[in-house]
Amino acid sequence: MTQTTAENTARRQRAQIKERTLRTDQWWRYPLVTFIIFMAFLIYATWAIFDKSFFVSPYHAPFASPCLAQATCPEEARLFGFAPFGDWYTLPPGLLILGLPAGFRFTCYYYRKAYYRGFWLSPPACAVGEPHRRYTGESRFPLILQNIHRYFFYAAIVIGLILAIDAVKALIGKPDGLGTWILIINAVFINLYTLSCHSCRHITAGRLNHFSRHPVRYRAWGFVSKLNAKHQELALISMFTVMGADLYVRLVAKGIINFPFA
Amino acid sequence: MEIERHEYDVVVIGAGGAGLRAAIEARQQGKRTAIICKSLFGKAHTVMAEGGAAAAMGNVNSDDNWMVHFRDTMRGGKFLNNWRMAELHAKEAPDRVWELEAWGALFDRTKDGKISQRNFGGHEYPRLAHVGDRTGLEMIRTLQQRVVALQQEDERRHGDAEAYIKVFAECTVTRLLKDGDAVSGAFGYWRENGRFVLFDAPAVVLATGGIGKSYVVTSNSWEYTGDGHALALLAGAKLINMEFIQFHPTGMVWPPSVRGILVTESVRGDGGVLKNSEGRRFMFDYIPEVFKDKYATTEEEADRWYTDQAGNRRPPELLPRDEVARAINSEVKAGRGSPQGGVFLDVSSRLPAAEITRRLPSMYHQFKELADVDITKEPMQVGPTCHYIMGGVEVDADTGAASVPGLFAAGEVSGGMHGSNRLGGNSLSDLLVFGRRAGAGAAAYVDGLRARPKVAEDAVEAAKAEALAPLERSGENPYVVHQELQRTMNELVGIIRRSEEITEALEAVGKLKERAEHVGATGSRIYNPGWHLSLDLRNMLLVSECVAKAALLREESRGGHTRDDFPGMSPEWRRRLLSCALGPDGSVTVEEEVQPSMRGDLIRLFERDELKKYMTDEELADFDALVKE
Amino acid sequence: MSYKAKFRVWRGEGGEGRLEDFTVEVNDGEVVLDIIHRLQATQAPDLAVRWNCKAGKCGSCSMEINGKPRLGCMTRMSTFAEDETITVTPMRAFPVIKDLVTDVSFNYQKAREIPSFTPPSDVKPGEYRMQQIDVERSQEFRKCIECFMCNNVCHVIRDHEENKPAFAGPRFLMRIAELDMHPYDVADRKDAAQEEHGLGYCNITKCCTEVCPEHIKITDNALIPMKERVVDRRYDPLVWLGNKIFRRSDAKR
Repeated sequence: MTQTTAENTARRQRAQIKERTLRTDQWWRYPLVTFIIFMAFLIYATWAIFDKSFFVSPYHAPFASPCLAQATCPEEARLFGFAPFGDWYTLPPGLLILGLPAGFRFTCYYYRKAYYRGFWLSPPACAVGEPHRRYTGESRFPLILQNIHRYFFYAAIVIGLILAIDAVKALIGKPDGLGTWILIINAVFINLYTLSCHSCRHITAGRLNHFSRHPVRYRAWGFVSKLNAKHQELALISMFTVMGADLYVRLVAKGIINFPFA
Repeated sequence: MEIERHEYDVVVIGAGGAGLRAAIEARQQGKRTAIICKSLFGKAHTVMAEGGAAAAMGNVNSDDNWMVHFRDTMRGGKFLNNWRMAELHAKEAPDRVWELEAWGALFDRTKDGKISQRNFGGHEYPRLAHVGDRTGLEMIRTLQQRVVALQQEDERRHGDAEAYIKVFAECTVTRLLKDGDAVSGAFGYWRENGRFVLFDAPAVVLATGGIGKSYVVTSNSWEYTGDGHALALLAGAKLINMEFIQFHPTGMVWPPSVRGILVTESVRGDGGVLKNSEGRRFMFDYIPEVFKDKYATTEEEADRWYTDQAGNRRPPELLPRDEVARAINSEVKAGRGSPQGGVFLDVSSRLPAAEITRRLPSMYHQFKELADVDITKEPMQVGPTCHYIMGGVEVDADTGAASVPGLFAAGEVSGGMHGSNRLGGNSLSDLLVFGRRAGAGAAAYVDGLRARPKVAEDAVEAAKAEALAPLERSGENPYVVHQELQRTMNELVGIIRRSEEITEALEAVGKLKERAEHVGATGSRIYNPGWHLSLDLRNMLLVSECVAKAALLREESRGGHTRDDFPGMSPEWRRRLLSCALGPDGSVTVEEEVQPSMRGDLIRLFERDELKKYMTDEELADFDALVKE
Repeated sequence: MSYKAKFRVWRGEGGEGRLEDFTVEVNDGEVVLDIIHRLQATQAPDLAVRWNCKAGKCGSCSMEINGKPRLGCMTRMSTFAEDETITVTPMRAFPVIKDLVTDVSFNYQKAREIPSFTPPSDVKPGEYRMQQIDVERSQEFRKCIECFMCNNVCHVIRDHEENKPAFAGPRFLMRIAELDMHPYDVADRKDAAQEEHGLGYCNITKCCTEVCPEHIKITDNALIPMKERVVDRRYDPLVWLGNKIFRRSDAKR
């Protein structure tokens, strides 16, 4: 009789396959492209913080808006003339506020997915072994802090509003300027990205168990859910629009771009 | 080798809807219960049920009640049903469905928040509680989760989750054991490692489902090898109505690998129409006399029905399954079929694409992913597929008890409830109603026992030897024998049957039986599908023999049994049931039994005009006398 | 139309085994599971594979095809080039029994650890009233066919066996979300999701969603909303601050 009844100990083993993955497609493309795009953004943002030419009437570069420092902000660039940071503050004004949108994006559920994959390789792609020996994810410090995403969302709403105000100011000041329309497009995508956030979806009605008792919130949830399905796209598009708008304003401010309708 | 032994009060074989419901009931009555399933827990064939569970809750049409449901069921079964079962079923189904909801099932809802109900072939009112087109999945998951809930309760109470109810997954039973006349246990093997296992139990509930794997074109999964039917026969119980097999009218016909897989009746309930290659809605040509006044005769009226069901008769696409299956069969035979040998089922020209994907999401995916057909843009090709066996273990309606003490059966493996043809949606409710009754019946039987039957060691040895035999020979490949059996049954005892063909099939089955005794399985006992199939062959062959022998004897056409040589329905035959048993030489014997007359209050639910289509003059005279009283 | 395809199938018992090469006939319209069955019927009768319905409804034939978790019955051969070698291996996150069959008892263990549906004690069967829009979210999760490919692909346990005790996996975190969103469930599940079932381990890299054969948006519709519900309870800084200052322990708020 052929009988090789397995012992329990032997059975408790996974299939011993040496390859990290047997995937035959180009799984490494997503993490690679993510890495390149995000690195480009980081490098640009770092440069932009220290670049001083962020304002040229009526355009305000998004990375430096709102401008809250007396020393470095021209009168016109201040938000309703508001500049709580006195002359003692001489560092770049962008440093004061960039933490908020940066924090929003850093803790955003899409960005988390993207940089966990592209930077931390945890995992690099589905069914591809990750290089780390231990993993605790977001269950403890420091990554447990990702849970404050919602508070960055509130801040992001304010920032989105300010960018919209900047766009309106530009529209009033120079309705036929190319920069105006670049700022408007940017403001639209920034706000769409903010609204499509998972936290926003949760707050509108996601937290409820009885949609039928809250018809207005349910409709808001339905709208946000539709946007939320495009969260990744909106995150990337708004990243490019904000980078583009910021660069454009600075180039105009520097006089590098100087055609009449700039 | 030491054999693994377990002691239980009730052993349930099969973990589909009926098995789980029976086990839940037995456990709720305080019995130590084992659930044995051939596949993983939660994978049973019940997940394939799409349409819904029929229960006269009256949520959509308040005119519905158990009496209407009872009438529909009897009509569907062509009055051959065990009327007591049909009565219990119609009365108890609503409670069983509501119970599921209290266990966490989420059915689709009506506007006022009740369980929504949908139309289905043969049901007078919208009656099927459903969840999109995955009702079976919802049911199996709910029952599975109910089992888990009970285990959690036991964990809290006794510190052991499996103290009172335990699932033995991927375990196959090959023999029931007896002490004298009474059941004393079950013998089987673990698929995973081939080790034998013995269940010492005074009560066994069979809930193993059907026999579809004896056919080539079938909607059934590999598990449907008629295990319960065969186990019951081998234990001395009787099978009735085995000649009645339902061929679902709409199975996929292409690609070949998915041939037979079901296209839910909801497609037709929601507006899908059947057309032949000439573009004609041919079902209008096939409305049988008995249904003439209940179905629309023009396309206009049929189309109006979808929006106004009160004022119009229903479209003939919604005729009972046997009628539709035969109609499709005839169209294809007449050369008006689709390129791949079916007919067209078109919903794309009837509903907007968004509506189709909302109402029939899993059909949309099934065709998209399996056949690369977009049902919102083009018609499906469909044809009949072996779907359900009405016949099965003869049981007592109230308790599910078979003639062998300690043996119970519920669900597809039991016989009688559906008569000669089952209505769509009646299966899921059947599982719940009679699953519960069989579980309760088994529990009561155990309570009433004076002494626990003992397992006979020599029977265990014999079962061991029988199970090991295929591994010890180097014979024919079991797959070859299986394929030949499937072809034989499909071609010779299929939808349309003829005396000579059935005789030929019986000869072939006899020869296959001999060959099956010599098949060999190579490899070890660890998860060896060849070995498993060798053991399943015995069951499929026994069941096929029952089907063929009964089909040869019944010289009429009724429901799931159509004889080309006896095309009419005979009132004389309605009173006769064919009952199969196993003879001493291991071959199947068939005897006639008399169908008991319907109880007075039940038969009076019908009009005389209707009864006269089914009953003998003598029975009608009795009816007249009854009405006069 | 038929051609000969090159297959490499992992064969072995326990953990030991290797990829074996086969050349096998493929016909028009077939899926990978058909080819595995053809191998069984012609070349390797004892090749072990789990399967049931062959229509993508039961979730039995989970395997890894060219390194990706897939249902064998839903992977059409036409998606591969004819000269491509197709590699079929068992799910990697679970112990192997034999060939393509794995021991998935981990999942049943986890299922039992999630407290069951808990309705209020005062509603009787038949009295439930729920609106369609209130059940739709949980209904999506109940489409799950328990193929366990999400748990298999999730790197939290796929790459870290040691996390298995602490992490329920996407399938069962989704089950928690399903119950938490159920209009009639009264049990409190938020703290348990985080503390006992390891919701915090999830870093939302969405592989569960990518492999789900039912196309359930596991991450976006179950895991993230559940994380947000946990935030409501535990990580709302205002609530946290209040608790610290007033030393309240109102976890069961």
